[in-house]
Amino acid sequence: MSVEFCGLTLAHPVINGSGTFDAIAARRAFGEQLRERFPFAAYVSKTITLEPRAGNPPPRLWEAPAGLINSIGLPNKGLYDYVREDLPALGEIGIGARPGAGGTDPSVPLITNVMGASAEELAQLLEVCNERTEIAALELNVSCPNVKTGLDIGADPRQLEAVVSAVRGRTDKPLIVKLTPNTADVPDCALAAEHGGADAVSLINTLRATALAPRRSPGGSERWLGGGSGGLSGPAIRPVALAQVAAVAARVKIPVIGMGGVQSAAHARDLLDVGATLVAVGTESFRDPTVAARIARELARGVPAGEPIGAAREDSGA
Amino acid sequence: MSHAPFGRRQLTVTGIDELGVYRVLRAADPHGPPVEPGQFAMLAAVERWGGGEGDRPYVPRAFSIARQQGEESHFLLEDVGPGTQRLCELGPGDRLWALGPLGRGFTAPTEGRRALLVGGGVGIAPLAILQDTLACDVTVLLGFRDAARAEGAALLGGAQVATDDGSSGHHGLVTELLAAELQRDPRAVVYACGPAPMLEGVRAMCEHSAIPAQLALEAGMACGFGACYGCVVPKRGGGYLRVCVDGPVIDAAELEHVDVHAGAPA
Repeated sequence: MSVEFCGLTLAHPVINGSGTFDAIAARRAFGEQLRERFPFAAYVSKTITLEPRAGNPPPRLWEAPAGLINSIGLPNKGLYDYVREDLPALGEIGIGARPGAGGTDPSVPLITNVMGASAEELAQLLEVCNERTEIAALELNVSCPNVKTGLDIGADPRQLEAVVSAVRGRTDKPLIVKLTPNTADVPDCALAAEHGGADAVSLINTLRATALAPRRSPGGSERWLGGGSGGLSGPAIRPVALAQVAAVAARVKIPVIGMGGVQSAAHARDLLDVGATLVAVGTESFRDPTVAARIARELARGVPAGEPIGAAREDSGA
Repeated sequence: MSHAPFGRRQLTVTGIDELGVYRVLRAADPHGPPVEPGQFAMLAAVERWGGGEGDRPYVPRAFSIARQQGEESHFLLEDVGPGTQRLCELGPGDRLWALGPLGRGFTAPTEGRRALLVGGGVGIAPLAILQDTLACDVTVLLGFRDAARAEGAALLGGAQVATDDGSSGHHGLVTELLAAELQRDPRAVVYACGPAPMLEGVRAMCEHSAIPAQLALEAGMACGFGACYGCVVPKRGGGYLRVCVDGPVIDAAELEHVDVHAGAPA
């Protein structure tokens, strides 16, 4: 059940959410099996920034009811080491187009997710990535505070449209805007991204959340997470994702990548039924790194609407 | 190092044995590859994983592989939260999800050095499989809170025991036993696993005496294979190490201090 997405032909409609699968680390754990049975139809990188980032101090995780709060802080080696070290390492796993391979290239398309604190930073990220034939498409993480206003670029439709249109011309690759759910009107933001020149939007990112330290001072309100607050993901957010994906898909003409708490083919089917072109699996891959492959297989077999087929067949293994 | 099978697999529980306050969970794992001592697996019950205290657990829990016996893998459990509580309830025939073995294990001592195994509480688990594997002369020092927990020492052979309350063995810290051993014969490699304050004590003592030490760390983790970036510890010289893929066994020289945040998903 191959899918056309922004000029790319994908083997199936299931990809990973940015920051939820590190193919290079997974290769250390699982070896060549990762390449042979790569679960995603396209691989989305962790967020890459211009400069390296160490990420937030621990603790970085808190288990919530049917979900997980993370405060990871976008650790990454920076744009230049990503290009120099990670692109070749991903190539060894069969991720990223091989230069000159042409139409029969069997590699998994690489979508590089980037974040910049200003239009200038984003422009530089896009220009460098645009030169790399390994990269099939770019995704903008706009859940980033504006250096001047302190507000998330992606939370304000006017600011978002301005940033997307300012950087749009820096790449001729498909440009996906990853929307934040932490704003008053997500469809307005999706429309702003479309007007700014985005080729697709992806949602939902994590919902802002926090947890208090279990052993805090009496009456105190110390936070558990080293970063203070984080983002909630997992099954807990699935109904929110379904509502936001449906609302956005009804509003924009560009393709939508839907994600949020997907655990089974039935959940993926729900997002496709409300208008998503692709579905991303995130936190569920933490519980089983091959779950996306099972979801893709079950989608291909056809899932009757409303049937919890993933849960029912969980014990059939990967 | 052999790689873990890609994807979680189902194990069948063959038994669960009481060991003081601990439980030894035994599960048949016919498809599991050989384990390096110090490696771990991510475990979750197939049935009723969720719906416990605080509507947890959700993610699987990381456990050192305490022993491999034929096709059986053994894990040491202590009921300290909704995840470990659910696993402690399992009985023969119950099914378990497992992903692993994962991470980097211990490396054998260099020529002319004896192995000094130092464990604390439920952290003694990876030292059992290490003792099973090491052919050389091994000294085992284990610390526990009290006598009920000190029964866990039976997991290893010939251990010297210390308890915080003096109810069994030496009254005091296991690091006091370590200091005496290092004084007696400093030609050793220290292998340690236990609570962060114990590991920090071991690390500082070994650094001071220029004794090589390998520390098996614990940190809250969601995945176990480098995806979530949740299980980091500060690295000497800045930045972080991921306990799951850079460890769990980390050379003490790579750390400025042991700063592992307890209270991980339990």
